[in-house]
Amino acid sequence: MTQLTELTLAAAREGLASKAFSAVELATAFNAAIEAANPHLNAYVVTTPEKALEMAAASDARLKDGNAGRLEGIPLGIKDLFCTEGVRATACSNILGEFKPTYESTVTSQLWRDGAVMLGKLNMDEFAMGSSNETSRFGPVVNPWKRQDGANASLTPGGSSGGSAAAVAADLCLGATATDTGGSIRQPAAFTGTVGIKPTYGRASRFGIVAFASSLDQAGPIAKTVLDSAILLESMCGHDPKDSTSLQVPVPDFAAAVSRGVKGLKIGVPKEYRVDGMPEAIEKLWSDGIAWLKDAGAEIVDVSLPHTKYALPCYYIVAPAEASSNLARYDGMRFGARVEGETLTEVYEQSRAKGFGNEVKRRILIGTYVLSAGYYDAYYLRAQRVRTKIAEDFRLAWQKCDALLTPTAPSAAFGLGEKSDDPIQMYLNDVFTVTANLAGLPGISVPAALDSQGLPLGLQVIGRALDEETVFAVAGVLEAQSGFNTKAKVWW
Amino acid sequence: MAVDANTVRRVARLARIHEPEARLESLAGELNTILGWIEMLNEVDVEGVEPMTSAVETTLPLRDDAVTDGGSTQKIVANAPKSADGFFVVPKVVE
Repeated sequence: MTQLTELTLAAAREGLASKAFSAVELATAFNAAIEAANPHLNAYVVTTPEKALEMAAASDARLKDGNAGRLEGIPLGIKDLFCTEGVRATACSNILGEFKPTYESTVTSQLWRDGAVMLGKLNMDEFAMGSSNETSRFGPVVNPWKRQDGANASLTPGGSSGGSAAAVAADLCLGATATDTGGSIRQPAAFTGTVGIKPTYGRASRFGIVAFASSLDQAGPIAKTVLDSAILLESMCGHDPKDSTSLQVPVPDFAAAVSRGVKGLKIGVPKEYRVDGMPEAIEKLWSDGIAWLKDAGAEIVDVSLPHTKYALPCYYIVAPAEASSNLARYDGMRFGARVEGETLTEVYEQSRAKGFGNEVKRRILIGTYVLSAGYYDAYYLRAQRVRTKIAEDFRLAWQKCDALLTPTAPSAAFGLGEKSDDPIQMYLNDVFTVTANLAGLPGISVPAALDSQGLPLGLQVIGRALDEETVFAVAGVLEAQSGFNTKAKVWW
Repeated sequence: MAVDANTVRRVARLARIHEPEARLESLAGELNTILGWIEMLNEVDVEGVEPMTSAVETTLPLRDDAVTDGGSTQKIVANAPKSADGFFVVPKVVE
């Protein structure tokens, strides 16, 4: 039998239902795997092995009584951005100190409601600001994947949900929660050979998730397969009165949509996503993806999203502006770390200077600047107008197609330290993903090929607002047709 | 709209982040690089375009005007750097 940790979430669910193994056995296997791997990968920043066993024992009792929830006994990792009652949550920032939430985020509470088991908290870029996990207070996560050039360089798992992606790729959980503000679920999924979906803005409650840019932040899962991600997303979504932007719409049967097929669907290929200097392997994967969907009965149409190149600069006004406002709450008074001083202002200024890392400070300064008197119209208001144009591009595209197929990221995983000195180079990681955040649309990344160095590459499917089902249907076909089932070779 | 050390000092003050004098010049350089790149947005004709206020078209719901929660003083101050008798203790602000 395969090791328990190597199972997919769907297979583990069957094994638990048929009593092939118990939830406690499953949790024990993951606790051991994490203990062995974490010193090398740094995916978890808090482990909760006892809590996992306790929750698993309760799951076993419910499985025995026939009261099992749909995630009963399934061990998950939780991104450190989610508030978890009694378990430290810091958004991987020093400013949150040893913050232990006294309440639970809505998304995680729904996972526990459905029987899932918590393994610990996952590493990430500080306040989810980064694309390489290098801005974490706890140091970067190391990607389980290595280049085949023999140099043994440590690669980034991407960011900001780098811990989530690495933990799933290295079999340190059956699935993980993540969040995506500009690509933070999809880019790490692409870099680690995992599946990650950001649902429509408003599908999943933001209550209890540390806020970065409120009009862009959305939670979603990272998982081993498209089906696993659909199962998790179903649990995570649903209306929540505690988040005023949470949509009052029913959650469809996402898992059923995965095997629906693409016969008769029109798939758009946006010409603006072909960028200079894109590696040949990504060009090839994209054409392969087009061919796979055509084979499966979809019609391919060329579409144009003319404002694509303005999406990243637009994002780098809107997101820092919202962040500078959201992060004003970290004042050293009510929670988190305080640096003492002579005056109140000095306490604020020193606490924030010491508590925030350089990238977070840079974004707060940019955000404060673009919102300040005299610059608001020129920067912020203009960016929100450009954002309308970007959303309009998609609206026009939906008149011609049902979903879009693009690469997820412009490169495979890069080396730790390779881009950390150049913010704009780092920001360009999100060039294909950020448009879906600005327009509030669902997007998934599916691993579909390896490059010449043996590193995974992802394809992205973007759908209409609230049409995750079509996104899953297309992703299901890509997964099946690509036959991608390679995993990182264990070196840890 | 280039940013200089004085502007960085003012913005850092607005953001309540202490930045040492020695860092202001290099920060100005970093911010100018990013702002220079953002200038690209000036190419877009946004005449008559409404600024986006919500990613998904929806109206904000109103909740019932009812007390649904409370009595959680200890939970609220549980993570305070300093607290006493259910209050946050802050530096002296009035002489």
